[in-house]
Amino acid sequence: MSASEMPSAPSSQDAAPPRPTWQVVLVRPETMTFLLLIAGVFAGSQLSPFFLDVAYILRSFTLYSEFAIVALVLTMVIIAGEIDLSPAANMALSACIFAWMQQAGVPIPLAIGIGLLSGLAMGALNAIFVIGLQLPSIIVTIGTLTLYRGLAQVIAGDKSIRVPEWFIGIDKVMIGGIPLPVVAFILLAIVLGFVLSGTIFGRQIYQIGTNEVAARHAGIRTARIKTGLFLGIGLVAAIAGIVTASRLGSVRYDLGLGGELQMVLMAMLGGTYIFGGRGTILGTFLAAWLLVIVSTGMIVANVLPAVQLVVLGVLLIVSIVATNFIYSRTQR
Amino acid sequence: MLKKSLLIGLAAGFAMVTGALAADPIKIVYIGKNTGNPYFDSITGGFEDACEKLGCEFEFVAPATAEATSQIPFIEAQIQRGVNVIGIAPNSPDALNQVLDAAKAKGILVLTVNGDLVGNESHRDATILPVDFTKTGPNQIELTGSLIGYEGEIAILSATTEAPDQNTWIAAMNETLKNDPKYAKMTLVATVYGDDQPEKSTTEMEALLANYPNLKAVIAPTTVGIAAAAQVVQSRGIADKVAVTGLGLPSEMRDFIKDGTVKAFQLWSPYNEGWLAVHFALGLLDGSIKNEVGNTFEVENLGTIKIEEKNAMNTQAELTTFDINNIDDFNF
Repeated sequence: MSASEMPSAPSSQDAAPPRPTWQVVLVRPETMTFLLLIAGVFAGSQLSPFFLDVAYILRSFTLYSEFAIVALVLTMVIIAGEIDLSPAANMALSACIFAWMQQAGVPIPLAIGIGLLSGLAMGALNAIFVIGLQLPSIIVTIGTLTLYRGLAQVIAGDKSIRVPEWFIGIDKVMIGGIPLPVVAFILLAIVLGFVLSGTIFGRQIYQIGTNEVAARHAGIRTARIKTGLFLGIGLVAAIAGIVTASRLGSVRYDLGLGGELQMVLMAMLGGTYIFGGRGTILGTFLAAWLLVIVSTGMIVANVLPAVQLVVLGVLLIVSIVATNFIYSRTQR
Repeated sequence: MLKKSLLIGLAAGFAMVTGALAADPIKIVYIGKNTGNPYFDSITGGFEDACEKLGCEFEFVAPATAEATSQIPFIEAQIQRGVNVIGIAPNSPDALNQVLDAAKAKGILVLTVNGDLVGNESHRDATILPVDFTKTGPNQIELTGSLIGYEGEIAILSATTEAPDQNTWIAAMNETLKNDPKYAKMTLVATVYGDDQPEKSTTEMEALLANYPNLKAVIAPTTVGIAAAAQVVQSRGIADKVAVTGLGLPSEMRDFIKDGTVKAFQLWSPYNEGWLAVHFALGLLDGSIKNEVGNTFEVENLGTIKIEEKNAMNTQAELTTFDINNIDDFNF
């Protein structure tokens, strides 16, 4: 199969000398995210005496945990060279379907099951357009984000649907002093981190994102893997939506409104390369904490929202510039 | 772990010190719907002046956007800061239930100011609203009647078809027109909806003028609608034929009043809401006021305030009418 040799493979330059180990370890986007995280904790503790309280920070993290959980899967989608902007709308629609079902008398476990299935179906619809019809994922998911949000409004109207009292408060369930959604986020990060960096499946995701044509010629089932990723993010978004319903105690069509930007922000802050092929779960994991630390630190210090937006914007631009700089320097 | 216990120790020490100083000022925070809203500057002014006079610490915070859940991190932060009173203009009637319960559980007094948790009143201690909204419809009809000699065709230019406040007022207007013989010669010919958008409101206003050549008055019970209607009347120079009135902001309507386009319009004083909230909160905390339905108390400048059903208080019995004589006394 000599046809599978891509012309870009042999470099016209002489091979560069191997980089020293300290560079390989330190000059990485995740390192920068980690340093920003440390700086954020320090700045937060200087801004307000009420900030440095582990219980408070964990409680604040639960407010972002649903987005953070989806952002982990989104990282894999972006590494595979695609994007999904519909998960926040998916969260709303799944949660509305779940809440509507249980209100109509369907037992809760069944209603949860139907909610998760609908999330899966939304992921499948994205996959049909992106993989089946070969349409750009950014356009498709902007469309489906509007569609899913609209359907949620059709189901729930302008009113909110209540969930039963016993179902409320998943964020108050503590495991070893850590709220359950945060535990779920940490566990999912460990599992997905292992899948992405330690399995053949993970390496194939990177290869698809680096060069999809080459990956296909190398015998990687790109369509199947990408479909799997879209189904996965659909399912996880539905889980996140139902977790949000439990945290808020009620469901409206505007649940998680604007969340897609937070998710993309987490992936970008963590050094995931928007054009695919690069990024790690560790980066997104750290970035989620960074976002929570920075937002919480500023909110508890009563910093003006305008200043908060400026700080978050600067953080994002710094991280994108740094990510691109680091990747261009370390390109082999 | 060491750090955490150190922090707890510090916190305990701090608590003992503050406990010893009985004169520690009461901390009050008001959480607005969103920043950049001049309406809230006026409410905040009332809070500030009252706190200055009575001796308490006041801060205003608000999220950048008025989404249903955007206030949650701000409430969490105020709980963490250990404030004594949270005043809030809620962005959602029920998404804040859980976090407000957490605040109440910490002994924080929770007041909704300028908007209530309709249907979820048990999640706050009391509410402060500008006026008894059942009076708004009759007040508006009386003002309109006085402008046109209680005779002729009138129309209503409202916000959206679903706006709950406006719909309550419009229903009351219809009721008043039908039942009070004083208004027997006034005919409501149309109710149209400008969706609180300047362009749509302008279009609807022009359509009203085209369809009803004998129209004597337009009531726009929404700040966007009344400004758009006044703009149309001003540019056509028909102020002597069609009277525009409704609910508006003095700051937006000042020029129309000065050049005679609008003779009079109504609203309440947002300033007084902040003023009342501080007096009520401090009275509750020092025991001079009991938060029980039917109780009354005196507030400087406002007279006797009665705690109505569902622990609701109004700053004024009737709407304030603004005209050429008093428009310069108001700056919101």
